[in-house]
Amino acid sequence: MPDVHDRLAETVRVEGARILATLVRTIGDLQIAEDAVQEAALVAMRDWPRTGVPEQPRAWLTVAARRKAIDILRREGLRAAKERDGADLIELTATDPPPDHVVRDDQLRLIFTCCHPALSLEARVALALRTLCGLTMAQIAAVLLTNEPAMAKRLTRTRQKIAAARIPYRVPSAAQLPGRVGAVCGVVHALYTAGHAPRSGEEAVDVDLCDEAVRLGRLLRRLLPDEPMPAAVLALMLLTEARRPARVDRAGDVVPLFDQDRSRWDAALIAQGRGLLDFSLRRTEGIADPYQLQAAIAAEHSRAPSYRATDWPEIVRLYDLLCTVAPSPAAALSRAVAVAEASGTGAGLAALEAVPPSERWHAVRAELLARAGRYPEAIEAVTASLDGEATEAERRYRQRLRARWMRESAT
Amino acid sequence: MAQYLALTYTADVNWFDPEHAEALTEYRQFAIQDAGSILASAVLHPTSTATVVRVTGARGGDVVTADGPYAETKEALTGYYLIEAADLDEAIAIAARIPAAWDGAVEVRPVLAAK
Repeated sequence: MPDVHDRLAETVRVEGARILATLVRTIGDLQIAEDAVQEAALVAMRDWPRTGVPEQPRAWLTVAARRKAIDILRREGLRAAKERDGADLIELTATDPPPDHVVRDDQLRLIFTCCHPALSLEARVALALRTLCGLTMAQIAAVLLTNEPAMAKRLTRTRQKIAAARIPYRVPSAAQLPGRVGAVCGVVHALYTAGHAPRSGEEAVDVDLCDEAVRLGRLLRRLLPDEPMPAAVLALMLLTEARRPARVDRAGDVVPLFDQDRSRWDAALIAQGRGLLDFSLRRTEGIADPYQLQAAIAAEHSRAPSYRATDWPEIVRLYDLLCTVAPSPAAALSRAVAVAEASGTGAGLAALEAVPPSERWHAVRAELLARAGRYPEAIEAVTASLDGEATEAERRYRQRLRARWMRESAT
Repeated sequence: MAQYLALTYTADVNWFDPEHAEALTEYRQFAIQDAGSILASAVLHPTSTATVVRVTGARGGDVVTADGPYAETKEALTGYYLIEAADLDEAIAIAARIPAAWDGAVEVRPVLAAK
């Protein structure tokens, strides 16, 4: 039964998020619309296992959510309703789901509102998970490594800012669009990164943030088919997703890139990712943004038949560009690894010197030192890396390395 | 329409010093260009002229005054514009034309509407 229940919950959640966008426009209040969709979803989850899923679950949920919205508006003394146009409220009493093109515009409006650059990235990410992905407060708190009351408080503050500061429910004008698309892409990418590289803890969360991010990325790409940046973000995510089956072994242990079974990489995702990257680069006429550069690096890896046969000088060149366009410790660290492959361990260690230390920095340095046969230093570095935050799988991997180096240095 | 207070944070200077005459002209140009959206505005004397006032305990308590600004910061509150805009996007567009936006920062705060 759990399987059926999960599929049901998934349908309710995905359809609910779709319905929400239109409801926000009709009611003009994010909180009421969210509550209405949530109440309708609860009814569905209660009744559907008994009565069976209706023939058109979307239409069913739409009508149920509209009724709930009317109930809530009545309860609230129609205060919100008085400020709305009559036409909008007539839409609430309709029994057909809105046509696709209306939903499309509503979804874009909701995306641009929830991902407005006047909101902090953390607030945007949390709100996107709530309104665009339809996650519950408990799920959001779990995936963003915080507790439910703190998350509820943050979301309430965010909705209050949207209402008080009048963040518009509107698709930005053509002139504003490039900047605003950037804020949206930042949210999608942050979601994926949070799912792809959880900082600590075992993976015991029932939602897959990477899947959510990819779904959102595909939606954004569909809604803004001419924009280069959504294509680049989606390309980056798909090219990274493609390697996922090979990244962890059956025991749940980390498999580093050089040990991965490349036949397990998802060829279809790689082809999609490369196609999107090509489209995106054509649209920007070769002037690359950080997403395009990271996608290009992932594409370069996907092209190589083996780790050894990778075009490392090209990868270094791409990292050089990335470190110029968007300098970050993470990019500088990955660049140092590529330099070690292209120009030798010594050059890699030298490149590391300029990067601020972190647990990942110590781990990378340890592997380079071990490769140079400097085991005592490598053991010291990997021990330092274990002081920081890392996933359990990553910790086990480093502990295995340490044990091996201890054996090596003893002989 | 909604109201927003655009607070300008810049270097803590005396705007009537001749050396700031040119900068003040830029602010005046903004005020003329955006006159349709500006409901009120003011330029403030430097924070060295500020007095912090507190009343101890509750209403009617002792009035305690202290010299200087409430908080010592690199950029100080140097003026404000009360603006009217349809939504935050419009308010941001107006705020971005205030010279303080590139000489420091502008904080845009929605004004609580009277019920």
